[in-house]
Amino acid sequence: MMWRTVRRIMREPLGAIGLTLVTVVVLSAVFASALTSYAPSKISPAERFAPPSLLHLLGTDHLGRDLLTRVLYGGRVALLIALGATAVSLVVGVVLGLIAGYGPRWLDNVLLLIFDAVKSFPTVMLALTLVTLFGPSLYAVVLVVMLVNVPGYARIIRTQTLVLKSAEHVMAARSMGASAGRILRVHILPNIIGPILILISMDIPVVVAIEAGMSFLGLGVRPPTPSWGAILNDGFANIRDSYWIVIAGGLPIVLTTLGFTFFGETLRDLFDPRLKGRS
Amino acid sequence: MTVLEVKNLNVAFHTESGRLEALKQVSFSVPANRSVGVVGESGCGKSTLINAILGLLADNGEITSGEIIFEGDQDLARLGPTAMRGLRGQSIATVFQDPMGALNPVLSVGRQMRDIQYRSGLSKRDKDARSVAMLRKVRIPDPESRLTQFPHEFSGGMKQRIAIAMALMMEPALLIADEPTTALDATLEVATIELLKDLQRDIGCSVLFISHHLGVIAELCDEMIVMYAGEVVESGTTREIFHDARHPYTQKLLACDPARLSQRVARLPTIAGTLPDLRRRPSGCVFQPRCDRADAQCLTTPPNAPIGGSHIAHCWHADVSLGAMSA
Ligand SMILES: Nc1ncnc2c1ncn2[C@@H]1O[C@H](COP(=O)(O)OP(=O)(O)OP(=O)(O)O)[C@@H](O)[C@H]1O
Ligand SMILES: [Mg+2]
Repeated sequence: MMWRTVRRIMREPLGAIGLTLVTVVVLSAVFASALTSYAPSKISPAERFAPPSLLHLLGTDHLGRDLLTRVLYGGRVALLIALGATAVSLVVGVVLGLIAGYGPRWLDNVLLLIFDAVKSFPTVMLALTLVTLFGPSLYAVVLVVMLVNVPGYARIIRTQTLVLKSAEHVMAARSMGASAGRILRVHILPNIIGPILILISMDIPVVVAIEAGMSFLGLGVRPPTPSWGAILNDGFANIRDSYWIVIAGGLPIVLTTLGFTFFGETLRDLFDPRLKGRS
Repeated sequence: MTVLEVKNLNVAFHTESGRLEALKQVSFSVPANRSVGVVGESGCGKSTLINAILGLLADNGEITSGEIIFEGDQDLARLGPTAMRGLRGQSIATVFQDPMGALNPVLSVGRQMRDIQYRSGLSKRDKDARSVAMLRKVRIPDPESRLTQFPHEFSGGMKQRIAIAMALMMEPALLIADEPTTALDATLEVATIELLKDLQRDIGCSVLFISHHLGVIAELCDEMIVMYAGEVVESGTTREIFHDARHPYTQKLLACDPARLSQRVARLPTIAGTLPDLRRRPSGCVFQPRCDRADAQCLTTPPNAPIGGSHIAHCWHADVSLGAMSA
């Protein structure tokens, strides 16, 4: 099953690119410490602004830190936040979506109103508001991601729940005395896992971009924790004489976003053509 | 003893374009160990009737009056949701039309059969043993090894038999079957009917069988009711109705049944006209706008004319027998 899926993805040109990029990004984040001999936050004033060389493949930044090392460890941070925040949004989105789809009509209407209200809030303003309230931190990033993702997840889960609610096997289970909790857990949720997984893979790049964007603006993870967005910001400050910093910060963001997007879209087209056209 | 007795049941749906009276003054009963068939064209309220009995009407539906007496002492029309849920799957079981959709696609058949028995208090092994016994009863070959398989690994007919096995697992007093054979081909249909008959005798339950296939009703059921636009227009034993139908609608239904046509015809006969809009019921007899026999009297509500035995026709002109039909 697994190998068949991989082969089917690899047959699509975009899928092949996506899967390769995702694999490279994930492996380099996981094995960051084995891939470099430098410590991510080790400052060495003597090597400030060193251009790319065999010693520092991507050069160093204004504190003399090895950029490749920071990119690799930054990948860890980005992926952990992406997976963690997506997982949290998913749990909340699934619970709300199931309630909206299966619960009473009035509750559905109230929840839809809330989803729309939250969704209509621009991401940047949301981020600024939350950071003003809680200060820049990892939690602010997770919270922003949640508020951005949950309404969308909840809506999709709600629609799927509504469809499945009148599905024959759900009616059959109801007619055989299954409780509402049982129906949601056993008969509805497992049947919407597929589209959910596809959604996740398509949303990871969005989260990576949010994290990078917030760190770029100084609203995300705090220094000296390495972050692609923060590297990019350093790069812009020094773009005239140290062009490599911008590249070191920008390239992983672009590659990760593209990789996950291609991968997710291929998965979606292969397994759930119904979701096609959803941006 | 009577397992189910429906008395003057009225069900309405609230729709955006007004109130829809889906069932009007429906009365019939299902005696112990008997099969009762319900026939009627699409939209006449067969599924609504079942859902009302099961307490599973859509959110916009409501039992406005009437009683649904189960096993002599419980009125299902007034039973709370928890008590109702306790009956479903235990005392009243249901099999639906679509064998493809009746099982959960992501769970193994064994798991689903075990789930049905969650109120039995048996151990997992004993539950599985009962599942195997039940699958054997519905003639699934090699049931032990098939417990771990998923619905898509079974054929349509097998899936329907598994659904039947699941319904009869807890030995219910009443089995409700909503067109359980419509999606099957003719040979499978016959086999499934035979199976249902055997199982009913085995378990000793009553069956309420919905179909728009008259031949199936004739084969399986002891008694039948004919529904039109949410009303019972004729009821009696299957024999009485097939041999001496008195309601014009029943007579037309029988005349249109391809299996009963004496000669080959180029076009199957149909009943002229369509079901009335249930939001605006015609006054008097519901069938009168489509009826050849309609006259001024038919604009007032017809009586339940007794024909003899348990046979009743809801018609002003129930004295017209169709001799030619029985040939
Ligand atoms: N939830 C609902 N809201 C409004 N009207 C409904 C609802 N459910 C059923 N109806 C209406 O009630 C009437 C009876 O429908 P029902 O599904 O019981 O018919 P049926 O005899 O089962 O038809 P079929 O043979 O096609 O299954 C139809 O006119 C239908 O449009
Ligand atoms: Mg129906």
